[in-house]
Amino acid sequence: MSVAAQPVGVPVGAPESEAKPKRIFGLLQAPSVIVLLLWMIVPLAMTIYFSFVRFSLLNPDVKGFAGIENYQFLWQDESFWPAILNTILLIGWVLVITVVFGVLLAVLYDREFLGKNVATLLVIAPFFVMPTVSALIWKNFIMHPVYGLVALAFKAIGLPPIDWFGDIPLISIIIIISWEWLPFAFLILFTSLKSLDAEQKEAASIDGAGPLQTFFYIIVPHLQRAIGVVVMIETIFLLSIFAEIYTTTSGGPGHATTNLAFLVFALGIQQFNVGIGSAGGILAVILANIVAFFLVKMLAQNLKSGQ
Amino acid sequence: MKKDTIFGIIGWIVALIIFFPIFWMIITAFKTEQGAYSPDLIFKPTLESFRDVFARSNYFLFMLNSIYVSVGSTLVCFVFAIPAAYSMAFFPTPKTQGRLLWMLSTKMMPAVGVLIPIYLLWKSFGLLDNVLGLIIIYALMNLPIGIWMIYTYFCEIPGAILEAARIDGANIWEELWYLLRPMSLPGISSTGLILIIFAWNEAFWSINLTSAKAAPLTVFIASYSSPEGLFWAKLSAASLLAVAPIMVLGWMTQKQLVRGLTFGAVK
Repeated sequence: MSVAAQPVGVPVGAPESEAKPKRIFGLLQAPSVIVLLLWMIVPLAMTIYFSFVRFSLLNPDVKGFAGIENYQFLWQDESFWPAILNTILLIGWVLVITVVFGVLLAVLYDREFLGKNVATLLVIAPFFVMPTVSALIWKNFIMHPVYGLVALAFKAIGLPPIDWFGDIPLISIIIIISWEWLPFAFLILFTSLKSLDAEQKEAASIDGAGPLQTFFYIIVPHLQRAIGVVVMIETIFLLSIFAEIYTTTSGGPGHATTNLAFLVFALGIQQFNVGIGSAGGILAVILANIVAFFLVKMLAQNLKSGQ
Repeated sequence: MKKDTIFGIIGWIVALIIFFPIFWMIITAFKTEQGAYSPDLIFKPTLESFRDVFARSNYFLFMLNSIYVSVGSTLVCFVFAIPAAYSMAFFPTPKTQGRLLWMLSTKMMPAVGVLIPIYLLWKSFGLLDNVLGLIIIYALMNLPIGIWMIYTYFCEIPGAILEAARIDGANIWEELWYLLRPMSLPGISSTGLILIIFAWNEAFWSINLTSAKAAPLTVFIASYSSPEGLFWAKLSAASLLAVAPIMVLGWMTQKQLVRGLTFGAVK
């Protein structure tokens, strides 16, 4: 807690001249602080304001204070509850898939094997593919109901083809997004696993721990923190998943793949209804803040204990 | 070492499965448009699709937009981030840690929460479908990560070295130029690469704020999603060109990536 214990950055300069340069150097932070402050406050304040007024870009006669009308409208809109449910299902399943497979992959890649470095590059590659490309290569090459590779393989063994985006649209989106985010989870868990003491693992095996016991009593507890980081950071990014839905299903069929981000886009930008779209945006902000609260708390602990 | 062989085989199979969609995109890029629908692995490679992409679309414009936006936003970000990180790392005050955390917390705002006001503001400033509009957004989006990463690199430079130089009579500019610049250059350049990757692949803001004139590659590729635009070979060729350079950069920065992605929470 104490400031004196701060290990970072020993102040340079003679002690007596310390106070003055410090203040000058502190000014170097001012531009960043100011722009971030504006970036944080202005748009958010506007979203909050818009969410309480009647505002349509198509019809200038629609104006005045709306109270909670926009929220009520959103609440009663037939796409609202599906969008909330889809957002939760999407985030939940992608988290489960990426964390479970990420842990298994990290454990697998913790061993030495021939060409491991090259294989690692292949595993992390999807993370660098832009979302629109990822969505389209999956939509066309893998999941196309006639020419997709899965359809061709099913045909070869006499199974009926799957109409991915028609019959199981949300699952298809979840698969694509999990593929994009698995490398992220893997990379972080893999890095964290490297810091696990080899002696600890050795001691466990000398004490007669089997591979399963080592996994559940040593590896998983060690990875707990890293898993927490993965879950929180992914959640914040997954709340704004948009491009993959935009390029594959446009939120359909019906509302089957509409999430909160897509709903805000559809209401605010496509239908020009600023007030209602803003109300949706505020809901996303509230969800994100709940997650962010825990993430910042964890980072703060890390700043104090680490380094 | 039989066990290692088994794990090696499993490791490679998993890697190949994960990489497969990208591999398929790469080989489809070298097929003809007619051949693209068949799953043949053996075919006569052709550059036809690449030629078509350049001939039929304004590919260079979109690529240039991507380069302007990602490099431009990173440079703007550096102008703000480097001085801030410098003062935080070498002249910390009791407020420094709180300020760093506050900066990171601005990243937690989901883009969708501020989409509508930004759209309206940009519209009134003439920044819609304007490269500058995206540069501003991406610089702000990346600023907390930039400050954080450069800060952690600066913190690794022992203060004692700078102090020794100062005792030897070096002034502040000499200190910055001869000591800090060479010592922090590797860290700053890998930070730059990571910020470029993030901006290059960003698709939420680019789709919503640009259309024809300032569209980067993410938006151009999205135009292939229309049902009438099912040109698989051309889609693959365009995608390969858009993805390949950034993937190489990503592979090069693999080790620093974790620091940037987790704000130093996992090392």
